[in-house]
Amino acid sequence: MTDRQTVSHVLRRLTFGPTATEVDKAGETGAAATISAALAHRTAPPGPDLSTGPPLAQDADRDARREARAQQNAELDRWWLRQMAADGTAGEKLTFFWHGHWATSIQKVKSAALMYRQQQTFRRYGTGDTGPFIRAMLRDPALILWLDGQQNTARAPNENLARELMELFTLGVGHYTEEDVRAGARVLTGWTVDRGAGTSRLMPKRHDQSPVTLLGTTGVIDLDGYADLLVRHRAHAPFLAARLWLRYGSGAPPSAAVVERLVTAFGPGRDVTAMLHALVLDPEFPATNGQLVKQPVEWVVSAVRQLGIDAGKLDDKQLKQLSAMMRALGQVPFRPPSVGGWPAGAAWLTTASAQVRLRSAPNLVTLAPGAVATLEQAARPDRLDALARLLVIDRWTDRTAAVLAPAAQDPKKLITLGLATPEYAVH
Amino acid sequence: MDLLTRRKFLLASGVTGAAALVAGGTAYGLADILGSGDDRPEGAGTLVLITLYGGNDGLNTVIPYGDDAYAKARPTLAYPPDQVLRLDDGFGLNPGLAGLHKLYGADRVAVVRGVGYPKPDHSHFRSMDIWQTADPVRPQPTGWIGRWLDTAGGDPRLAISFEPVLPPLLAGATSAGATVPGGALKLPKSVTPQLLKAFGTASAQDTAALARAAGCFTDLSRVQDLMDDVAESAPDETPDDNAEEPGATATGGAAGPLQQQLDQVARCVEAGAVTRVYSVSLGGFDLHADEKGAQQGQLERLDKPLAAFMDRMTRSEKGKDVVVAIYSEFGRRVAANASDGTDHGTASSVFLIGNRIRGGLYGEAPSLTDLDNGDLRYTTDFRDVYASLLRTVLDGEPDRVLAGWKGELDDVWK
Repeated sequence: MTDRQTVSHVLRRLTFGPTATEVDKAGETGAAATISAALAHRTAPPGPDLSTGPPLAQDADRDARREARAQQNAELDRWWLRQMAADGTAGEKLTFFWHGHWATSIQKVKSAALMYRQQQTFRRYGTGDTGPFIRAMLRDPALILWLDGQQNTARAPNENLARELMELFTLGVGHYTEEDVRAGARVLTGWTVDRGAGTSRLMPKRHDQSPVTLLGTTGVIDLDGYADLLVRHRAHAPFLAARLWLRYGSGAPPSAAVVERLVTAFGPGRDVTAMLHALVLDPEFPATNGQLVKQPVEWVVSAVRQLGIDAGKLDDKQLKQLSAMMRALGQVPFRPPSVGGWPAGAAWLTTASAQVRLRSAPNLVTLAPGAVATLEQAARPDRLDALARLLVIDRWTDRTAAVLAPAAQDPKKLITLGLATPEYAVH
Repeated sequence: MDLLTRRKFLLASGVTGAAALVAGGTAYGLADILGSGDDRPEGAGTLVLITLYGGNDGLNTVIPYGDDAYAKARPTLAYPPDQVLRLDDGFGLNPGLAGLHKLYGADRVAVVRGVGYPKPDHSHFRSMDIWQTADPVRPQPTGWIGRWLDTAGGDPRLAISFEPVLPPLLAGATSAGATVPGGALKLPKSVTPQLLKAFGTASAQDTAALARAAGCFTDLSRVQDLMDDVAESAPDETPDDNAEEPGATATGGAAGPLQQQLDQVARCVEAGAVTRVYSVSLGGFDLHADEKGAQQGQLERLDKPLAAFMDRMTRSEKGKDVVVAIYSEFGRRVAANASDGTDHGTASSVFLIGNRIRGGLYGEAPSLTDLDNGDLRYTTDFRDVYASLLRTVLDGEPDRVLAGWKGELDDVWK
């Protein structure tokens, strides 16, 4: 790979799609410094204004409440879309990773404020030590509502949260027993959500304080103690390494050597950023180029970024159009299909998705007169290269070049086709 | 509602064999299915599985109107006896199921009551996992139809779904069913068949992912050739967060409207396709509040396409071997909750429909008063139903597919 291809590959994975200019700059800075800069701590962006619309009367009817909720949800959607499109660093992408990992849906939580609050936890804790992160997530009101923590009481324990916590969020199947699930549920009994205040708290009356045997430890264990047992578990670091590899590396599982290197980087400080840093520097990482299927959100946001569309200037209707593309492709932020999160890999490569990409591409190009002008400035024989540069594609296959060549005379059409290419569906 | 199942995570996380993922990810065009009839054994049965996502309220579907405890437990939710569609002196169907009632009258519907599994799980995901994997104890990477497929030679065309992503039940250990995208194909005028074919051309420079991305265009061009004559296409569903009733967790089901799916099934059956199992689904049953009208509406959305499908099958020689089975991940609790809805429950009725079925009420109806912590106690293990379908419709070996399960439901067949 050329140096340009190396930094392109890294940035395509770490960020929501680098622009040609960002790749130019990375070429000057060099790969090592580019990666460090992309992973550097970033101040969280100002939050969405969820106070839109007049305050609801105490006796507001069901329809009025629904309408108010729908408006807040829409504002949250628009806000995050703008953040993703505006961010050239690894920050929003990692936030999106954690969202898919803890896979909580607004369709059940029914509160934009609580979904945003959960996202703040991702931003605040998701780059560092997973110990405090998991402690915070177990107190997260949206997660508690999503996994029925509200119903988890000493009298009638609900195992939903405890099970998913170990299976999907921290350890993986096979590293805990059904007894651990029951014990974990008892430890978490009594944690309830005050929807009005947007907070969670432990209600002692509903909490089961008796000793349990959980993951090999016997005694009275509280929420923080449970979180600590999880992150100290030998399965935790390898589990997280595999999850990161799935989204940042390759659809094929990581080799044992990769896992070992990532676990070492994670270290006793359980540093997520260090693990991610090690991932893109891993000797097996370069060979993953072109092996990962873009998730729909990645496809849409990278198009917006690379076509130079200023999401901050898009009106509500245009932003809604972008959301509609994601929906048609099967991935809507804040609405993962289940607690298992979104699929990966070939599951996204369906005839339906190819069709939606073909239909969406012209709409994206309409929003991007600047990109069209850029291609117009290139001499006709150079336009395929200019398109590859614009979309940060290393090279066109001979198949795709043959399809694109006749459209070189029409830059608008050329970009439209470029977005729909197989090359642009993977990265 | 564009909701995928938990299963997809299992696929995505590599729990399922990579081979299954590849097979499942390889979308077959309808042409591949329609043109596959040569391999079909004479008289082979066909199973159409209808999954109702969200937990359909069984007690307001097959209504025990003759039991005083029913109305008592659900003062605002219960249907009075004069509104139910009578099955016998004790039971009747929801008024939304007129088509099914007519089929029952024609002796073609077996209602198996009280179907469930030990230690019922109240989570949609877990319980749907259990129903689809047929293992109530441990999470399994394979579905019961997928395991049948493994034993039946592994041709993906034998078990297909019209959902965009493979449902768990079709994933086997060494093979997987196919997803066959259907529906109307709306493409910009500038997108010509030539363009699709050109994008679909394989290149020596392709990575595996790139090859699959290109393959989608080939599939698309094939599907497009066939879809021109599909009549009415359903409008794009634009789900909103309020469409689902309060308290509904995303619980799976990502297909087009049921009618569209069943139309596709009917076309394949009429064409004599090799396919033995079709998986279709309908979501929206998770009604924790204001349930009564909403559930009846959902049941009508099931009933109308179902009645039309069965009618079409009756008129086709090739349709006589079709058996439809309808299930949901659980029923609801016996007592209504404070919001005129019901919470996640346990055992419920399974419907088996077809010419091969001896109509009637089967299984012991669970008691409405001898409850397990507010829930019905199941009386028929769901694996009995599966075993029976495997043996009688799919010519399979139930004990191989169902981990040595011996029970069977044998009196429902003609």
